[in-house]
Amino acid sequence: MKIHEYQAKEILRQYGVPTPRGIPCFSVDEAIQAGRTLASSVAVVKAQIHAGGRGKGGGVKVAKSPDELKTYAGQIFGMNLVTHQTGPQGQPVRRLLIEEGADIKKELYIGMVVDRKSQRVALMASPEGGMDIEEVAEKSPDKILTVLIDPMTGLTLEQCNTVSQFIGVEQELWPQSATLLQGLYKAFDEKDASLAEINPMVVTGDKRVLALDAKMNFDSNALYRHPEIVALRDLDEEDPSEIEASRFDLSYISLDGNIGCLVNGAGLAMATMDIVKLYGGNPANFLDVGGGATTEKVTEAFKLMLKNPDLKAILVNIFGGIMKCDVIATGVVEAAKQVKLSVPLVVRLEGTNVELGKQILAQSGLPIISANNMADAAEKVVAAARG
Amino acid sequence: MSILIDRNTRVLTQGITGKTGMFHTKMCQEYAFGKECFVAGVTPKKGGQSYEGIPIFDSVKEAKEQTGANVSVIYVPPPFAAAAIDEAVEAELDLVICITEGIPVRDMIRTRYKMQGKKTVLIGPNCPGLITPDEIKIGIMPGHIHKKGPIGVVSRSGTLTYEAVGQLRELGLGQSSCVGIGGDPVNGMKHIDVLKLFNQDPHTEAVIMVGEIGGDDEETCARWIKDNMTKPVIGFIAGVTAPPGKRMGHAGAIISGGHGTAQEKLSVMEACGIKVTRNPAEMGKTLKSVLK
Repeated sequence: MKIHEYQAKEILRQYGVPTPRGIPCFSVDEAIQAGRTLASSVAVVKAQIHAGGRGKGGGVKVAKSPDELKTYAGQIFGMNLVTHQTGPQGQPVRRLLIEEGADIKKELYIGMVVDRKSQRVALMASPEGGMDIEEVAEKSPDKILTVLIDPMTGLTLEQCNTVSQFIGVEQELWPQSATLLQGLYKAFDEKDASLAEINPMVVTGDKRVLALDAKMNFDSNALYRHPEIVALRDLDEEDPSEIEASRFDLSYISLDGNIGCLVNGAGLAMATMDIVKLYGGNPANFLDVGGGATTEKVTEAFKLMLKNPDLKAILVNIFGGIMKCDVIATGVVEAAKQVKLSVPLVVRLEGTNVELGKQILAQSGLPIISANNMADAAEKVVAAARG
Repeated sequence: MSILIDRNTRVLTQGITGKTGMFHTKMCQEYAFGKECFVAGVTPKKGGQSYEGIPIFDSVKEAKEQTGANVSVIYVPPPFAAAAIDEAVEAELDLVICITEGIPVRDMIRTRYKMQGKKTVLIGPNCPGLITPDEIKIGIMPGHIHKKGPIGVVSRSGTLTYEAVGQLRELGLGQSSCVGIGGDPVNGMKHIDVLKLFNQDPHTEAVIMVGEIGGDDEETCARWIKDNMTKPVIGFIAGVTAPPGKRMGHAGAIISGGHGTAQEKLSVMEACGIKVTRNPAEMGKTLKSVLK
């Protein structure tokens, strides 16, 4: 789960991470008022959307007077912000963060993520702050230091100092830098984060170390124990289809093709998308209905896919294990009747009670195209989508 | 022959009194030598009861002492599942198979940390389990699609493993053992660990390795195969068309040096002498083509 920058900063401040003073705003008037409250000579107007790359897209502006602040807030609030992470359609700006300006002397990068290989949280640090870390990793990997954190001892002072030295923080500021890093790790750990980034972490002219930007993502498996994090969810920032899917415990991701895929199991769902592409088609979505594909779930899945105006055909690929094929076939038939299916439907069933399942499909009176295996299914659905 | 489990394995089920635990224990009991293999259940405060003739104990330690169980399978709900693994590790079982899906990563980091230097091997979590056809099935896979034979199967996903097994069956090829290692970022056995066992197993003649996007386990395994494996291995990686950044956090790809895409994995596997297919409908056929 993702949250906004201002929310991440609020969490981090609770853990002693120093940030610039700032006020979240939900209108231009509020932004003007926030400028007055902050009363700093320079204020920064920052668009709050979940995607990165806001600065390059024109969503972050430095205001040197109340008039400028008003102008920039007016420009950014409500704008459709396009960044490399939003896709070409962009994301409307509904929230702003008004922050006091900082006299930046150094911009540094700090990131934390779970490292699969070592099975620990890894801290990544680079003197190249403010840039895309992927770019740094590609062009100058020697400028990234990775430190693995022991889950029992946490991030040690010694490790913090190693990081500070590597990224070029003056020694007299190492204690400040350590406060920030240890606070960041504690927040990461206690809040079950899956990703945290301070990009940039800055050293200011008046010798302060600050988190100038902040990004945090959370482990969705752990949200049950963090109602305070769930409360920060901003549904405006999420794909409506994906929100709808999550209500029915369906794992759904919108894609840009025209062939809807309904599959049980994440691996098989990905493989189904792959084979559709391999046969010249283009998947409209990733959709895993999970192990318990009930009629209700299948119906909801159909409804979701049919909301896509580009949809030309649907492929159902089910390997019935414990879930029997006849039960799934009944579900598919029921669902197809309920949603008044408007596009061709190709169904491939395999596994337990497959013959019975195929019989149910054949006798349904619905124009269902039956497929014998994955390749057959892909071929048929691609042909059907072409019309 | 087989790897990890056979008809002599004695299994205890943690979370045997939950809906999932009950259902799958019964299915496993009904498969091949399941009646003899599934000897104990564990649910705290329900010691002394029984399910389908299987005695239930309060703790893993007690269940092990009373029944000689050496392997555990876990269906405990996510908030308590990591602690269930810890308990099995403390009781020094040989193998723990955690089926539970949705365990917080933070819990698994701590559990894996505590497992360092312990004898217990972990499979999963978030996995279908493993099966040695015609002998024993521990997990949630459909037993009847399997058939005894010389092919080893290892995979990160559930239904895609069944797909591979189904294709092998169509071609008349049976399996020595099929291992689902699960799709979680922090887990137990990796592809490489399972491949090492298949390499040593005299009755495994070839292996299907099914991977997916994320991490670099498949690459690590491929390099090991190149230098050590004496049997043919074929591979498939799911997710060639998966959009980047959707499943992997964007900093996650950095840590493994920009690896983790399906294309990258397939290239490394091919360079290491593994015959790969980009068509998931041809896993069985590809395997057959490398058999001597």
